[in-house]
Amino acid sequence: MAVPTKANYRHPTDDPVWAKVVIIGLVLAFLGLVLILPLAAVFAEALRKGLAPALEAIATPDAWAAIKLTLITAGIAVPFNAVFGLCAAWAIAKHEFPGKPLLITLIDLPFSVSPVVAGLIYVLVFGLQGWFGDHLVDNDIKIIFAVPGIVLATVFVTFPFIARELIPLMQEQGVSEEEAAVSMGASGLYTFWRVTAPNVRWGLLYGVLLCNARAMGEFGAVSVVSGHIRGLTNTMPLHVEILYNEYDFVAAFAVAALLCLLAIVTLVLKSVLEIAQPDVKRGGGH
Amino acid sequence: MLDDDHPMTAETISAPSRSSRRPLFRRRSAIPGFGLTLGVTLTVLSLIVLIPLSAVAIKASELSLDQFVAAAFSERAMAAYRLTFGAAFVAAVINGVFGVLTTWALVRYEFPGKAVVNALVDLPFALPTAVAGIALATLYAPNGWVGQYLTPLGVKAAYNPIGVTIALIFIGLPFVVRTLEPVMRDLSADVEEAAASLGAGRFATIGRIILPALGPAWLTGFALAFARGVGEYGSVIFIAGNMPYKSEITPLLIIIQLEQFEYANAAAIALVMLGVSFLMLLVINAVQAWSRRFV
Repeated sequence: MAVPTKANYRHPTDDPVWAKVVIIGLVLAFLGLVLILPLAAVFAEALRKGLAPALEAIATPDAWAAIKLTLITAGIAVPFNAVFGLCAAWAIAKHEFPGKPLLITLIDLPFSVSPVVAGLIYVLVFGLQGWFGDHLVDNDIKIIFAVPGIVLATVFVTFPFIARELIPLMQEQGVSEEEAAVSMGASGLYTFWRVTAPNVRWGLLYGVLLCNARAMGEFGAVSVVSGHIRGLTNTMPLHVEILYNEYDFVAAFAVAALLCLLAIVTLVLKSVLEIAQPDVKRGGGH
Repeated sequence: MLDDDHPMTAETISAPSRSSRRPLFRRRSAIPGFGLTLGVTLTVLSLIVLIPLSAVAIKASELSLDQFVAAAFSERAMAAYRLTFGAAFVAAVINGVFGVLTTWALVRYEFPGKAVVNALVDLPFALPTAVAGIALATLYAPNGWVGQYLTPLGVKAAYNPIGVTIALIFIGLPFVVRTLEPVMRDLSADVEEAAASLGAGRFATIGRIILPALGPAWLTGFALAFARGVGEYGSVIFIAGNMPYKSEITPLLIIIQLEQFEYANAAAIALVMLGVSFLMLLVINAVQAWSRRFV
């Protein structure tokens, strides 16, 4: 038996070099095929005829309207879910009451509902044949096939993102700091603002980042309630679909490339946050 | 007596979260805002999630039992379920295998570009599904970057169930990796060292010590990937081909019923999907409860 020297000594919990090479090779090949290739394909197809046609496709009025609607939708859905997430986390993490696990499960519920079903439920409630159909028609209020429906469907699919990030974070931090502040005479809002908020701001930002990516990219739920009216109820992902189905591939992939850039920026910010504030990576799962 | 209610006692500070002797409602919590925040939480949850979801069951209940069965379990719907659940299962199995390898490489090894690979694993969470859909359809079409090499082999990877599975592999990967990662990171080295010092080879250690410890997390990740795959729409429809009885997924069938104004039929199929989602949720919770018994 060879005596292990410093050079060839391998710790018993370490794998042999050949195994590392094989596993890393397999992983890189798999991820390259599944993740990198689609990303590369989007940019390659967008730039197939050069940069000018791609930029032109993004500059059309319909594309601008889609970009604007996407920003408006995310601009409403994300703050709404942030306020809800803070309320839910405050009630759940800082207080004791029965039925807490059930409440957490119910908040997570939208993650296990198909996006198409998420759109369907609002059609059943607010559509022409729905619960409030007659009432809405009488008052000339449009929710389905209009912007409010798109916002509602987006709020539904992104509902748990921020809450599930904040609940475990605030639970882990406990209540002693808040109790100390309150016992010294601080008001509830002041305590939240000066004690809790500084502790959870990075977790909140992390949740907002993930929530925003999903809100801007949501397709299935929005597709059901939007009605696909060009220039009016088309978000960016829906605009991509229309262009693709019209065989306008350069334009479809140009708008898609814009969404890819959003995804890449999200991933970079997320990684930076995870490295700078390791605490945020707690909620996990989606 | 005073100690029990006063917020600044050692008991409340050292064990603030859980105590078996605590009354169900801690009415006199020192921290204000409980009523307001719980009220907002329950109201918003009911208005946005619970009441609209109940519309599915209420709409489906307009159908008689025969009509419900005809809508939810028609031949076309059964073909869609078989495709949806089958493709989601196969994709989750493939992700289960490569998810373990990916997590192992990320947790245990150092290699150049690891930070990039780590960030990239979350791409399916961040990339809009429609973008993934058109990219995959373009890649795997018969004349696409990948498809052109598969066609001479007689393999058709787009516009059929294989295409559906490819899209679901893309969508499901991060669920397995991100569920396994914390568990794999927390595996303590001394168990492995003990196994090695007792003469176990590396393969025996991995097969009998490491993989069993990962079991519950693996099952949870598998179930999450499967559940997401069953409901997925955006990334699938572009590559599926959407042929009735052959490559038509269940969410698409719901949309087709909606477009024909058959709202009750759409609700019936949606109710079946919701039933499966709840079942998956129960399975995931049961697996997690079961795994906690061994910690």
